[in-house]
Amino acid sequence: MAAVQETVDRVRAIDVDAYKYGFVTDIESERAPKGLSEDTVRYISAKKGEPEWLLDWRLEALRRWVTMTEPTWARVEYPKIDYQDLYYYSAPKQGGGPKSLDEVDPELLKTYAKLGIPLVEQEILAGVERPRVAVDAVFDSVSVATTFKAELAKAGVIFCSFSEAVREHPELVRKYLGSVVPPTDNFYATLNSAVFSDGSFVYVPPGVRCPMELSTYFRINEKNTGQFERTLIIADKGAYVSYLEGCTAPKRDENQLHAAVVELIALDDAEIKYSTVQNWYPGDAQGKGGVYNFVTKRGDCRGARAKISWTQVETGSAITWKYPSCILRGESSRGEFYSIAISNGYQQVDSGTKMIHLGRNTSSRIISKGIAAGRSQNTYRGQVSAHAKATGARNFTNCDSLLIGDQCGAHTVPYIEAKNAETVFEHEATTSKISEDQLFYCLQRGLSGEEATALIVNGFVRDVLQQLPMEFAVEAQKLIAISLEGSVG
Amino acid sequence: MSVHSLNVKTGAEAALAQQFAALSPSEPRRAAFAAFERLGLPTRRDEAWHYTDLRARLTEVAALAPAPDAARLEAARAALDVLPRLGGMRLVLVDGRWAPVLCDAPPSGLTVVPTPDAPEPDEAVVALNIAFAEGALRIGLPPGESSVEIVHLDGPGAIFSRLEVFVPARARATVVERFEGATGETQRNAVTILGLGESARCDWTTLIADDAALHLETRRARLAGEAALNDFALISGGALVRRQLDVGHQAASAKIALSGLSLLDGTRHADTTLTLRHAAPLGQSREYFRHIVADAASGVYQGKVIVSPGAQKTDGAMKSQALLLSPTAQMNNKPELEIFADDVVCGHGATVGALDPQQIFYLLSRGIPQREAEAMLLEAFGAEAIERVADETVADALRERLRAWLKGRAA
Repeated sequence: MAAVQETVDRVRAIDVDAYKYGFVTDIESERAPKGLSEDTVRYISAKKGEPEWLLDWRLEALRRWVTMTEPTWARVEYPKIDYQDLYYYSAPKQGGGPKSLDEVDPELLKTYAKLGIPLVEQEILAGVERPRVAVDAVFDSVSVATTFKAELAKAGVIFCSFSEAVREHPELVRKYLGSVVPPTDNFYATLNSAVFSDGSFVYVPPGVRCPMELSTYFRINEKNTGQFERTLIIADKGAYVSYLEGCTAPKRDENQLHAAVVELIALDDAEIKYSTVQNWYPGDAQGKGGVYNFVTKRGDCRGARAKISWTQVETGSAITWKYPSCILRGESSRGEFYSIAISNGYQQVDSGTKMIHLGRNTSSRIISKGIAAGRSQNTYRGQVSAHAKATGARNFTNCDSLLIGDQCGAHTVPYIEAKNAETVFEHEATTSKISEDQLFYCLQRGLSGEEATALIVNGFVRDVLQQLPMEFAVEAQKLIAISLEGSVG
Repeated sequence: MSVHSLNVKTGAEAALAQQFAALSPSEPRRAAFAAFERLGLPTRRDEAWHYTDLRARLTEVAALAPAPDAARLEAARAALDVLPRLGGMRLVLVDGRWAPVLCDAPPSGLTVVPTPDAPEPDEAVVALNIAFAEGALRIGLPPGESSVEIVHLDGPGAIFSRLEVFVPARARATVVERFEGATGETQRNAVTILGLGESARCDWTTLIADDAALHLETRRARLAGEAALNDFALISGGALVRRQLDVGHQAASAKIALSGLSLLDGTRHADTTLTLRHAAPLGQSREYFRHIVADAASGVYQGKVIVSPGAQKTDGAMKSQALLLSPTAQMNNKPELEIFADDVVCGHGATVGALDPQQIFYLLSRGIPQREAEAMLLEAFGAEAIERVADETVADALRERLRAWLKGRAA
């Protein structure tokens, strides 16, 4: 009977309503005046003590942004956002920046501990060496702590908050900022360019294999605040880095806006592995509240034989508008995209990727698994294109959708464009529900309906889970069970 | 279809307005042209026209082709005499107009009546067709078995035709539709509305063998319960070809099969765009398209399968495969699924590639010269699509056409 009770408890615990990270941290913070104007931008820039060139860069983006219109081509619906009714900067109050972890507000440390991200540099625990992960914690608009910085510095790896990078390594920031996602790229990227507050910066020098996983943990806490972080990762020649991003937000009735920009640059023979476990607050069972996640992520394989791999597990957000892409410029470079997008309740997901083959003998692989339950809409939108000069380009795409329940929708919109004969593109997509045969097989082996569904779904997404760093794969697997159960009829 | 923001008319749009002003059309035609003016020529911004920017490509509008006079009909008769028959009863349209003097006597039960009725246009190309076509031709096929060959014999100029074909309940119809005679001065806009009664079956094969500067073809087909449509098209001519098919069923258990083969060379461009609407349970759809793209030609395939809420047990499969034969050939594929029902099995596949060097090598090692080896593989690739045509006479004619095209290329 214990097992039955456990199932019941689990199902109860995992409704959309039971979002585990929905608490609010009571912490004093200071905010920029509401609304968006040149003054807001100047305020943010001054708060961060930025150099003149960066302020100009921001203002240029703002001037551009006011002339742009919000894109409407995605299959998502939401009431019009009043961009003047938002706070563009919010930071926990503290005198100066913390010099070490000991100086960080204990309230913040508690918050992160509650989220399961202890901001301590634990080395050896009970004689067992645990896999170590360096964490940059971003709370609303600022980075509050970065762990393992000293040890990373020993290897020559720069891992710090974006603001710190602007101060300490302006030449690198200036060289690469906006070189993959220009400030003019799209509505949300331009907005981000004007008001971005913080984020992570990574530089891995030539030939260095980053000694540990790097990770950033984003948390939106304040009410009516947009989070606009900017991440810039550069892997110099022959370098390797694996980076993980996680995110959560409190439960609120109002919608919160998150418009981030991530730029990856891989030079000759470099490899960047970027994993995301996105678990922003998805809204309640009636579709009220939740985060609008409008994100521009793009990687540029600038050098020969460079490799960029995106892995994403998308379970949160009321609306997701996100297309992590690869520009395959370098000869024989490679792009990968592995995605699991799960939607439940009233969530709307419009996500996918772009693989732009520009160089010779470039290859790419797309594995996308969409699971729609409840009243959600789940869309895969992807583009694979080969430029006339990209001879020998190769792509394999597989996108599968699973529907659970008869109120949801799953959609596939791939664009496959070949501009030369020496291109081999393969694309396949399927949509189905969980097969009766598979379910029956599991049931007659004594599994419950819930267990059987979880087993089949886990099998369905396995290709993608395998791409995640081990520690996170376990977490992601749990997350999938959490988002889905309760929807299984 | 979204209205584009550019309010400036292109030269072609202005010319069309001038042409229309010179006519004295009926009220529905006026309404249709007003709709066209509102929509404008479709551009890249219209999702359904993403890869065929008609507004940019249509730089000059041909003069309206006049109603055929006696001399034109005589010339048409001569042309028809040497055109081998591929079906039973022959129905002929010359320059978009019904030419009863050139048609076979209709067997009992088959009715052909001109009709002025026009549906509400919701799309620019259809709106233009309604505005300029002088009524539609309504063909009611007889119960039982029937075989019809519809020949469009077109000369130079802008040609608009509209057919409404109905296959009654439980009837079985074989239709071959041929586009013939067009040249580089022909701009064609053909619309077919097809209705299938309960348990009716229709095999419809379209042949685009002539060389129109512009070939716009729209087909709307609606199927009743348990009806079956098997539609095939061979595109082997035309500088700019756009076939847009919208096929759906409102009652349960309809079967839809759409397939085709495009043979593209030179700088030709062919766009096949499908919309499949499963609005009732137990529907089945199969789309199977192949494209051979040579030289600097470009092919487009867009297929959208929409499964409405409640259309449970839908079984859909779509496939588009292209072979690119030259470094400058292009292929754009956009297979879409839009699914609102959970108990369905839908899939699509799309491939683009060159001829398999290993297969070529195998044939070379057997002593077959390169060119012949290529032709052999291409013929096999194309023939697999033609296999979907049920009528053997028609299939043979299509294979013949494929071989001729390959030969013309090799020469």
